[in-house]
This record gives sequence, C-alpha cells and structure tokens, in this order.
Amino acid sequence: MTDKILEVKDLEVSFLTYAGEVKAIRGVTFDVKKGEAVAIVGESGSGKSVTSQSIMQLIPSPPGVYKNGEIIFDGQDLLNLNNSEMEKVRGSSIGMIFQDPMTSLNPTMTVGKQIAEGLIKHQGLNKSEAMERAVEMLRLVGIPNPEARVKQYPHEFSGGMRQRAMIAIALSCNPKLLIADEPTTALDVTIQAQIIDLMKDLQNKFGTSIIIITHDLGVVADLAQRVVVMYAGKIIEQGSLDDIFYNPQHPYTWGLLRSVPRLDSKGQRLESIEGTPPDLLDPPKGCPFYPRCDYAMEVCVNHFPEETKITDDHKVHCWLQHPDAPKVDVPIKIGGANNEAK
Amino acid sequence: MKQNNNEIILEVKNLKKHFNVGNGVVKAVDGVNFSIKRGETLGLVGESGCGKSTTGRTIIRLYEPTEGEVIFKGRDVTKLKGRELKKFNREMQMIFQDPYASLNPRMTVADIIGEGIDIHNLLSGKERLERIYSLLDTVGLNREHANRFPHEFSGGQRQRIGIARALALDPDFIIADEPISALDVSIQAQVVNLLQDLQKEKGLTYLFIAHDLSMVKHISDRIGVMYLGHLVELTESIELYENPLHPYTEALLSAIPIPDPEIERTRQRIILEGDVPSPMNPPSGCPFRTRCPKAMDICAEKRPEFKEAQPGHFVACHLY
Repeated sequence: MTDKILEVKDLEVSFLTYAGEVKAIRGVTFDVKKGEAVAIVGESGSGKSVTSQSIMQLIPSPPGVYKNGEIIFDGQDLLNLNNSEMEKVRGSSIGMIFQDPMTSLNPTMTVGKQIAEGLIKHQGLNKSEAMERAVEMLRLVGIPNPEARVKQYPHEFSGGMRQRAMIAIALSCNPKLLIADEPTTALDVTIQAQIIDLMKDLQNKFGTSIIIITHDLGVVADLAQRVVVMYAGKIIEQGSLDDIFYNPQHPYTWGLLRSVPRLDSKGQRLESIEGTPPDLLDPPKGCPFYPRCDYAMEVCVNHFPEETKITDDHKVHCWLQHPDAPKVDVPIKIGGANNEAK
Repeated sequence: MKQNNNEIILEVKNLKKHFNVGNGVVKAVDGVNFSIKRGETLGLVGESGCGKSTTGRTIIRLYEPTEGEVIFKGRDVTKLKGRELKKFNREMQMIFQDPYASLNPRMTVADIIGEGIDIHNLLSGKERLERIYSLLDTVGLNREHANRFPHEFSGGQRQRIGIARALALDPDFIIADEPISALDVSIQAQVVNLLQDLQKEKGLTYLFIAHDLSMVKHISDRIGVMYLGHLVELTESIELYENPLHPYTEALLSAIPIPDPEIERTRQRIILEGDVPSPMNPPSGCPFRTRCPKAMDICAEKRPEFKEAQPGHFVACHLY
C-alpha cells in the first residue's frame, strides 16, 4: 500500500443550485502511485476539473458539497482535515497548476513574491532566503535572466513564461504531488512542447507524482503512464497508457480515439461522437453514455455496469464486457494507424 | 470530388496591416502573398500573434489594409465602395472563433441567422422564415431552435448557428477563424465534417485559420505557415507534413504531440527556445532567426525572399 501517494475512493461531489442538485462527480475511485503521471481525460463537464479541485478542496461551499468518499493522501484523509490543516497540505505537499496563466497569477505582486509566499509560510524561510530560492526556482523552470525576472510583474511575462512561473510556485515547496489542470490548453504548440518537457524533467529528477487533466490525447501519449477516462461524473475506463491506446474497451474511449485526425485520415470523414453529454441535473439512471453509444443495449438504460477487470490495472464499466453481451469488433485500428503512414 | 478548374478566386498581394499603438507600430501583417483557387481550402497556421487572424480580417475588410491588394473575383476588395462593397459582403462571409462571444445574446437564433438577409433586403415574411428553417436543417439543427436564444445552446450547437449565419447569403468564400478551437474533441469532429460536407455540396472556398495543425492538415488542400507577420512556407498539405523546408515549420510539426504512445516514446522533438519576438520590434533580416537552430550570418542581414524552392512549394529561407 505504501507505493500509493493518493487514493480517491467513491468520491461524490454535488453542487446545489437553484435549478436543483448538479451531480458533478458520482462515485470516482482511482489512485496515483509514487512518481507516476496519471492523465484524466474527458469532455467539458465530465467532472475532471471538479475531481482535481476536490483533492485540493478548492470546491466553494456552498454551493459545492462533498457527499461521500475518501481522499487519502499520504495516509491521511484530506476530507477530515480542518481548514488550517488543509492549508498546510495545499502548496506544500500538493502543488497545483491552473489552466489560465493569465488570470491565476496575482497582477499586483511581483512574480518573486508570489513564489516566496509559500516558502515563507510553509518552510519558515525568511524573506531574503525565500527570494533567493525564488530565483533558483525560476532558473529551474527555464526562465532566462531570473535575477531580473523575479522582480517583475506577471504582465511583463509572456503566456509561456507565466505558465512556467506558475509551475515554479507549485514546485517551490517540493510537493509530492503536482496537479496540472489543462496546463497547456491556453498555449501554442511550441510552448506546449516546452512545458511538457519541463514537467517530464521534474518527474524524473524529483520523483514528483503528477495528475494531468487534459482533453488532448497527444499530450496524454507524451506525458502520462496511466489514463483515467471520465464521462458525466463517472470513471468509465482506466488503465495504463498502452491499455487505453492499444486495447481500449469502452465505446466512449473508442470514440475519443477516433475523433482525432490521424495522418492517414486525409480526405475521409472524421468519426465524431454524435450528440452531447447528458445533463448532470438529471443524469441517466444507467450508463450515462448510452444515448450516444452505437452499441447501446436495453440493459444500459437503467443499470450502470459493474467494474470489469481486464487486467489488474485495466478496469472498464461497460455491459459489453458481460458474458452474455454480443461480441463487438473494435472499430479502431489497434497499434496506432500512425505507424503505417511513415 | 476535386474540381479541375484552376480559376483563382482570391489573390492577396503584398498585404500589410500595421497597427498604431501610441508608442510604436505593430506590424501584425507585413507583406503576405498567396492565392486561393475556387473550391479549395487553404489553411493558415502559426502561433498566436503571428498575424493569421489579422490576415483573415483584413481580407474581409474588418480592418483596412495599410498596403497591398486583395483581388477577389477580379476586383480589388480594398477599393470597393457603396453598392459594390455591399455585393462583396454577400460573397464573402466569416465564421468566428468564440461561439460564445460571436452571437448576440439578445437576439433569437432566427434573427441572428436572418440578420444578413434583412440587411440586404433579400427575403421577407414567410420566405425569410423558410430560408432560416432550411439553413437550420443544413447545419444539423431543427426548426424548433429558431425562436430560442444563444444561451440555450452548447458550444458545438452555437458554432453551427454561426455557420448557418455565414451561409445565409449564399457566399462563395468563407473565412473560418479558428472555428473549432473552443470546442471539445468529439464536437470538433462534428463541426469539421459539417464544413467539409457543405464545401462539397455548395462548392465553397475556405480560408481556414487555426493553430491545431492536425485538424488543419485534415481539412486543407494547401497550408500556409505564418511567423511574425510573414508567410514563411506555403505548399500542399501532405507535402508540408512530409517534406517541411522551413526550420520553423519543422519545429512546429515536431511540437505536435501525436496521440500514439509508441511514436511518442521514440520521437525526437525540436524544442524551440524562448518566445515569439514582439511584432513592435521584430528582428532584422529573417524574423525567425532569433529562435532558429539553423541560423546563419546572412539571416541577420537580409530578409529571405518568398520563392518557389520546389515546384508548388514556396518558402522564405536562406537555406534554399
């Protein structure tokens, strides 16, 4: 059990709104091993960001409520901690990078001060020590001329540099776990490549565990070792990177993999998943994907499928796994159609 | 099926758009040349700030160009006035990036789609409504949607409304400015398929602006790569991916993560150092030389010409 840094068990999170209860997370169970990078993928509204914010307990309450579940980080249940205890975890044991580097930095504080803030609070450094560390952190994340940059304000940084500064803040106290919520979505591909490279580097150097939330399957293939696929507040499939890309079992995962253009798909129609995700105010009783699923059966309407273990690590929730279910040909080329094009 | 006619529908000659920002001039687009054939899709890619959107907006005259010509069907668009301009407005339409910001929240879908029809006094009453219904059909929405407001729709549906609006005046040419970048992957595929179907049906010509290179490759016949206000490479889309000439194109292509773990494990990536320089104070000579792994002395002195290095393959680089 000691090799797991984080265990999320049966997590349920809802938002109480005027329109009713939005069941954003409906029973999510997964874990993160030490030094591992786990990707959470899914469409907007699938609950991937809420999952990560619940781990950090950044869900505003009201309207958010934790209805059920445990979040065990390093042996303690984060949901049982009070505010001041949680504050010690936030920023020191768990670091977080947000999607939008333009709005998540404080525009009225120098970048150096923002990095030093956590160091002073959590590690008891004095001001000048903390500023020295801040310079080191900026150098570590690859910002040129850090001595001058540390005294500058976020508006003097470009988008990619702001994201690096965010990473510097998140890493300043040597967290055991780094949560990155769409860290590259707002960036250009060349800058994205730089940031992913940096994250891989940090993972190798310091053994930091990473949870990366993204909808870009290319980023997943590049960075992650394990993949969690979410749909409508539930995990519908999880497994190693190869399991998900080369032996996917859930029709939604097939759909996700097929809707990305491949090098040999020129001139053909892209396979899209028709329809839109369900309304979580009133989620379907059975499998949430059945209205969009090409293989939907009667049982899918009212019963959410139990977990099936393909291997110890590869788990899927789908009635197609049932022994009585019809056999279905996987509609995507396994092994990566990209191989043939080169 | 590909049409065989080689009629050039749009020709852009030495197009420049400079913005005066008080303490200097931003050369957003600085001398761009290309042409588009009827029925073709030209993709325009590049990082943010490279001038791709400004190029699109200047072509359709949302901006007045600083210099240069835009020849559309034999007329210079930049000089059109009055009735001629109104006619041009019907022939060229635009789809915008942000499906949330580009639809007026106080107008019903029918009024959004019908606005162009009203402005040009084309149809009224029942005919107008019929036309709106058929447009909704075309983009995969249904008639009940006509009286609703934009907030009642999802991102993908809103983008469909934007497409219906662009189609309302039966244009020949559509500029799609990052039409899918705000959408989820599965929804992106729906919208791209719709755009391709419409092209086949109506023989539309597209200028497709995007930064997602894999999607651009999928939809475009030819692709132009922009950097800091300049077109640095232009060729057939397959050729561009298989045989990129400009070092910037190479780096850009190698930066795209491929959704295939086996390839990713073995791939060597060219990581560009630093950021795009400010277009207020661009480097001398070749704009890319500050980040170019292959930069030579001449790159600082002379701007490379945009020339045909191989048949149909244009590049602006001193290496060729």
